[in-house]
Amino acid sequence: MGELPREADVVVLGGGPGGYAAAFRAADLGLDTVLVEARGALGGECLHVGCIPSKALLGIAGLIHDAAGATDAGVTFGPARVDAAKLRAWTQRSIDRLAQGLAALAKARGVDVVVGHGRFEGDGSVRVAREDAPPATLRFKHAIVATGSRPATLPGLEPGSRVWDSTAALTLPATPARLLVVGGGYIGLELGSVYAALGSEVTVVELLDGILPGVDRDLVAPLARRLGKRFKQILLGTKLTAMREAGSALAVELVGEGAPAHVEVDQLLLAVGRRPLTDDLGLEHTRAARDTRGFIVVDAQRRTADPRIFAIGDAAGEPMLAHKAMAEGLVAAETIAGHPAAFEPLAIPAVVFTDPEIAWCGLTEAEARTRGVEARAVKVPWTASGRAVAMGRPDGLTKLVFEAASGRLLGVGLVGPHAGDLLAEGALAVEMGAVAEDLAGTIHTHPTLSETLGEAAELFLGHPIHLPPPRG
Amino acid sequence: MAREFKLPDLGEGLTEAEIVRVLVAEGDEIKEDQAVLLVETEKAQVELPSPFGGRVATVHVQAGQRVKVGAVLLSFADAGGAVRSVTPPSGAPARPAAPPPGAPASAAAPPTGLPSAATPATRRLARELGVDLARVPGTGPGGRISDEDVRAAAGARGAAPAAAKPGAPAPPSSSVASTPAPAGPVEAARPLAVPIALPPLPRFEQWGPVEREPLRGIRRRSAEHLSLAWAVIPHVTQHDLADVTELETMRRRHQKRGGEGSAELTLTVFLLKAAAIALRAHPRFNASLDHATGELVLKRYYNIGVAVDTDQGLVVPVVRGVEGKGIRDLAAELAQLVTRTREGKATLEDLRGGTFTVTNTGALGGTGATPIINHPEVAILGVGRARQTPVVRDGQIVPRLVLPLSLAFDHRVIDGMEAARFSTELVGLLEAPERLFLEG
Repeated sequence: MGELPREADVVVLGGGPGGYAAAFRAADLGLDTVLVEARGALGGECLHVGCIPSKALLGIAGLIHDAAGATDAGVTFGPARVDAAKLRAWTQRSIDRLAQGLAALAKARGVDVVVGHGRFEGDGSVRVAREDAPPATLRFKHAIVATGSRPATLPGLEPGSRVWDSTAALTLPATPARLLVVGGGYIGLELGSVYAALGSEVTVVELLDGILPGVDRDLVAPLARRLGKRFKQILLGTKLTAMREAGSALAVELVGEGAPAHVEVDQLLLAVGRRPLTDDLGLEHTRAARDTRGFIVVDAQRRTADPRIFAIGDAAGEPMLAHKAMAEGLVAAETIAGHPAAFEPLAIPAVVFTDPEIAWCGLTEAEARTRGVEARAVKVPWTASGRAVAMGRPDGLTKLVFEAASGRLLGVGLVGPHAGDLLAEGALAVEMGAVAEDLAGTIHTHPTLSETLGEAAELFLGHPIHLPPPRG
Repeated sequence: MAREFKLPDLGEGLTEAEIVRVLVAEGDEIKEDQAVLLVETEKAQVELPSPFGGRVATVHVQAGQRVKVGAVLLSFADAGGAVRSVTPPSGAPARPAAPPPGAPASAAAPPTGLPSAATPATRRLARELGVDLARVPGTGPGGRISDEDVRAAAGARGAAPAAAKPGAPAPPSSSVASTPAPAGPVEAARPLAVPIALPPLPRFEQWGPVEREPLRGIRRRSAEHLSLAWAVIPHVTQHDLADVTELETMRRRHQKRGGEGSAELTLTVFLLKAAAIALRAHPRFNASLDHATGELVLKRYYNIGVAVDTDQGLVVPVVRGVEGKGIRDLAAELAQLVTRTREGKATLEDLRGGTFTVTNTGALGGTGATPIINHPEVAILGVGRARQTPVVRDGQIVPRLVLPLSLAFDHRVIDGMEAARFSTELVGLLEAPERLFLEG
C-alpha cells in the first residue's frame, strides 16, 4: 500500500458499528472492500468509549444498588468497596475481547483494514494519513462515510482534568466527592448513575424543563422519582454561566428558577449531546452536502448528492444510535451491490440504560397526532405484573400506542428494569404491522415482565385480566 | 418575495418528470446554471440547471416524486433574507425523540399519515417488484399488506387481468417492471406500457434457483419503447452489402489530415451523410404514421439518431439538420454528442426530434442484425462489421472491404420495392463516396 493507489469497489470511512456492518455486508456481497479506521481497532466510539464500557459500569452500579436494596428483603451486605483500577481493567478486557473478535471477522471476510484518517480527494479517491507509514491512496467506485460523532462541547468548558466529557468519564480517572453533570440527556443520566453508585454526590443541571427532553413524560416520571433519591439534586431550566477553580474545588455559577446561584463541586462532566464528525473529511472535494448541523444529507438508500458516496450513522443524522447506523450500513452496502434496499424502518428502538431503564420505539401518541392519525394509548402499570412486584419493582409502566380505528400498533414505551430487553417484542410488532389482536393472542410467559405487553393489548381491546375492567 | 424555480416545459408532449435526485440542500448557496436536480422523463435523465443563483430556502420535492410541469421545485431566499433558523447552541443534550420512521435526515416537512402496514419481508418484495405500497390496498388485519396483495398489485399493471388474481401461485409477468434503482432513489410503481396482454409466467423457482434483476431507468424505458415498436410496427428487414474499400481509404487519408484536436472521422459520420441524402430522395423513409388522423407525416428535416451504448443502457441522441452540415462538422458534433450521452449529460434537446436512426454494431462483430425501428420513425439502418471479403470483380476474385447493411422498415408505410431502392441508393453512396460531398 505504498505509492500505488489501491483500487477498491467500496471504501468505508470509519470502523464503528455502522462502518464495520457496511464493510462486512459489502464484502459478503462480493465487493472488494477497504475499511479505514483512525483508532487502530474496530468498534468505534460505541465499543471503546460509549455503549459497551458504559453498560459494563452500569451493570456494576446496578449490582451495588441491588445489594443495598436487598436490605428490605432482609438480606444485608456490607458497603461496596470499589477498586477503580481493577474495575477499569475488567471493563477494558470486555472491550479488547470484542475488538479482537471484530478484527478476526474482518480478516475472515477479506476486508482490508487501513489504520489512519481518510479524506476525500477530488478524483474518486481517499487519501489516508497514517501515523507510522506514508499516506495511502485508495481509489473507490463507491465510498461509505461512517465517521460517527464526538461529544459536543460548550464554549468556556473545554474538556480537561476538571471538565470530563463522556469519553474521559468512562475511564474512571477518579471518584470525585461532588460531581456536577451538565446535561440531563441519556449520557449525563447514565454516567451520573455510575458515579452515584461509586459514591459521588451527583448534581445534574439541565437547560430545559425536564430530563430526557423529547421522551414521553409518562416514561420519564418513574426515572425522575428514583434519580431524585440517588442524586443530590436535579436542577431543571438551569444554565451554567461561569466556572472557576477555587482551591481544590470548582466554583460554578448557575442561573435558573429554584437553582442556587453558586455551587461548589469537585468535578464537571459535560454531557451536552454529540456532534457529527464530518468537517475534516474533504467533503468539499465531493458533491455530498451537509445540513446546518453538519449531518450529511442522504436519501432512502443513504446516498449523498454525490452518487458515488453514501453516508450512514451519526454522520448522516439523528437518531445517533449504533443499531440505526448498522441498519443503514447494510442498506448502503446492499444498494451498492445492486440490491433494491431502502432504509425505511417503522421503529428505531431507543433505550436509556438508567435504573429504571426507559425504552421506546415507533410513534408516541403526540407524534401520531401531528401526522393526523387518530391514535389511542393504553398504559399498564407494573403493579399489575406479578413478576415486577416479586422483584420489588412495581414502579414500571408499559404503554402501547395503537391506531384507534384499525388497532394497528404504532409505538411502544416502557420504563422499568429490563425495559431495553422487553422492547424487542414491541419493535418487531410495530415493524410487522401487528394489531392489538396479534399481541393479545400471543401467549406471554408467566411470570415475566413481557406479560405487560399482552395485557396492554387486552386493555386496548377492552378486556384486561389483571386490571379492573374499563368503564363505559 | 422569494423566487421560485418551477419545473420548466420539457416539450414534446412531456408533462411530468420524476425527481431522481436532489443535488442541493436547503441553505445551500448556489450559482446560476448550477445543476440542482436530476430528473427523469420518458425520454431521459437530465440535470436541471437553476435559472438563478442564491440561497435555497426550501426544497419542495424529494427523490422518487413525480412532478408536473409548473410545479414549484425550489424556493430561493432573498439576498440577505433569513433562510432557516440555525439550531441554537444549548446545554440540552441532543437526545432525540423517536424519529419519524423512514424520514430522511434532513426532511423539511414533518410526514403526515402512516407508512403502509407491511412486514419488512413484504416491503422488500414490493421494492423488488417496483410496487409502491402506498397504492396497495391491504387485505390483512388492520389493513396490513400481504405478499399476495403486493403480487396482485404488480400483476394489475400491464398483465392480463387473469394474472392479477390474488393468491395466484405464479408471480405475474410484469415483474420486469421498475424497481427502486439500486443506483437511485425509489421509483414510483407504474405499469410497464406494453400494448398487449401478457399471460402469466410460470414459477421458475420450481426448476431451480433464479435471480430477479430489476429493469430501471433507461433500460426500463427501452423495454417499454421497444415492446411498443415491435408490437405496433410490422417490421421487414432488407439486407444488403456495400463495398466500402474506397470509403475506408478516403476516411483514413482524411483522418490523418484532420490534424491535432480534430474529431475522428468515423464510419458512422459517413453513414449519417449517406442516410440524409437517401432520405431526401425517398421521403417516405423520413416520415411518421399519424394513427389519429390516418395521415403520413413527411418531415422536411433530417435529424438522424445514433444508437449509443451507455452504462445505463441504449440511448439514441440525435444529430440535427444532417443534410446541411459538412462531414468534418458532423464528425465534431457527433463526437461531442456521444461523449455527452456516455457521461449521462445529454439534454432533452439532444434526445428528441429524430426522423431516422442509424445503429452501428460493427464494433461487436457479427454479420448483421435486424434492428427494431425507433417508433414513431418508420425505418432504421443497422450496420454490421466491415470485413475483408473475396469479391468477384471483372471475373477476378479480389479482396474488398464489405459492409453488411440491414434496413428495417415499417411495412405499413413503405413497401419492399421502395426499401430495395433506398437500400441500393445507400450502397451506391457508400461505394462512390465522392457523392457524399457532391450531393450532400
